[in-house]
Amino acid sequence: MAKSKLFTMNEDRSLYPELDDNGKPIVDLSSHKYVKLWQGPQHPGITGNMSLELTVSGDEIVESKTHVGYLHRGFEKLLERRLFVQCMPTSIRLCVAEPDTNEYVISNAIEELGNIEVPEMAQWLRMLSLEMARLQVLLRQVPGQAGTFALGLGYQWGSYIRDLILDSFEELTGGRVYHMYIIPGGVRGLLPDGFKARLLEKLKLIDEFIPKIDKLIFNNVVFESRARGLGYIPKEWVDEYGVYGPAARGSGIMRDVRKTNPYLKYDQLDFEPFVTTEGDVYARTEVRRADLIMTVDLIRQILDKMPEKGDIKAETPNVLHWKIPKGETYSKCEASRGEYGMYFVTDGSKFPRRVNLKGPSYTHANALLDKLLINANISDTAAIMVSLATCPPEIER
Amino acid sequence: MQKGINNLIEKFGASDLEERRPGLSFITVENTKAVAAITHLKDIDGYTVLSLITAVDWIEDGIMQLTYLLNNPAEIAEIGLRVMLERKKEAGESMETIHHLWPNAKKWQQELKEMFGINFPGSPNINDDFILEGWDAAPPNRRDFDTKKFAEETFFPRPGRETHDPAEHMKKNMYPKNPADYTNKKYNPNR
Repeated sequence: MAKSKLFTMNEDRSLYPELDDNGKPIVDLSSHKYVKLWQGPQHPGITGNMSLELTVSGDEIVESKTHVGYLHRGFEKLLERRLFVQCMPTSIRLCVAEPDTNEYVISNAIEELGNIEVPEMAQWLRMLSLEMARLQVLLRQVPGQAGTFALGLGYQWGSYIRDLILDSFEELTGGRVYHMYIIPGGVRGLLPDGFKARLLEKLKLIDEFIPKIDKLIFNNVVFESRARGLGYIPKEWVDEYGVYGPAARGSGIMRDVRKTNPYLKYDQLDFEPFVTTEGDVYARTEVRRADLIMTVDLIRQILDKMPEKGDIKAETPNVLHWKIPKGETYSKCEASRGEYGMYFVTDGSKFPRRVNLKGPSYTHANALLDKLLINANISDTAAIMVSLATCPPEIER
Repeated sequence: MQKGINNLIEKFGASDLEERRPGLSFITVENTKAVAAITHLKDIDGYTVLSLITAVDWIEDGIMQLTYLLNNPAEIAEIGLRVMLERKKEAGESMETIHHLWPNAKKWQQELKEMFGINFPGSPNINDDFILEGWDAAPPNRRDFDTKKFAEETFFPRPGRETHDPAEHMKKNMYPKNPADYTNKKYNPNR
């Protein structure tokens, strides 16, 4: 149940609908006491192409229903008609904000079912690419949370530094948003000359950025009074509703695939994901702030520990005639939003039999968001949604 | 062998065990025993997280496979529980619901009804539109759904979308009618 210091919940509940045995309000629309309000699909306070059908009593939400279906994609069906190598440009578009995780999960699934061993150097480079992707997301996500309370300045600062990280991606891969750097068997290239030094210089800017957003956001009375107690997720809901990543860690439950199921070379890095117990929007923002600092540290560790040179790609069969034996697997990694997985089935042909993407937004934006928005103020909708980092493309694949 | 597998084999007659990697196994269970097996995995063996429910259409074998991926965070283990349903030609396979075990299961079941035509009687809002608003064709993720044919029948011909052959268009609009004009300075490629 959402509580906010600024928009306090009306204690006189006689004005609001009664609750049924499941805690769901009994709403009679014909009574004319309630208003249906749509937030999205085109709305600045919505994360991507989705919409929320809100039933409102005064300025309090009594019922919420998430609607998706605005993207018209059918990527999973498309992938069933693609050669394994042709899956790459399609699959990375499954999530725009952080496409590298798609590159990794699909490449890893193909390698696992095709019995391909990825060289060590490629594993380090994959890890670097994944952490850089996380960094560019967090640089907008952390200050973006304050943006939902109309404090947009931090978001602009973050966007500037994110652009510098995208410059590094362009240098490394040739692309700013979609990189296709991780491919089945390894990666596409080594680090360019002087890349390490240039990236380390940019990381120093982030060290300076953190105290600035601390002053701007975490010491801001409006942010604190609105975010504290808002969108509370009890720790019992983490398993029940499928809460992952920073949202789970904000509720006191450790969920980080890098730590629990170390993949690539994460077991050789020294890190401890931040966990706090408050479970509200403020706690989730704090977790992401700590993740931002940890990601910078991880990139420094990777640059320090990775070998100077080595093989970057294992030998793979001719990609135009590559057949993978019948099998199935679930490949996963930790995205900035939480566990990101892909269920991948092959049937011995040149095409995948079935690809099913599972991102944290599937559970966050559906059952969980519908539950969290009950009793919240309309003006807090965007804040709660952004704190769950919902990404509609993960629902509508 | 990871936790819960022995119970599945002994108590629920599960078969076709495939240990993909340490901490990830796939196993098949009969559809009549599936919900009991899932409940046992959740309540007794600690598989408290439902990672996904999805389907694989084995049209050539007449089988519609349901996969329930369950996660045990304490043991760091995952089980992919396969349930093989008899595939029907016109969709409409049926399976018991598990929304009483995890509230978010209803969304996956709603999606499977829409995209694969698998019904889960008793699942809340199972017949509501999820992604395909106003869709009245066959469930699109089934293997026999022909995307190209559907698109051609549904979206073409569309007014204002007539095709121009580029060669014809260039011949008509860009090149001079009289070949003698090629000698003009305007059309001289060596100019």
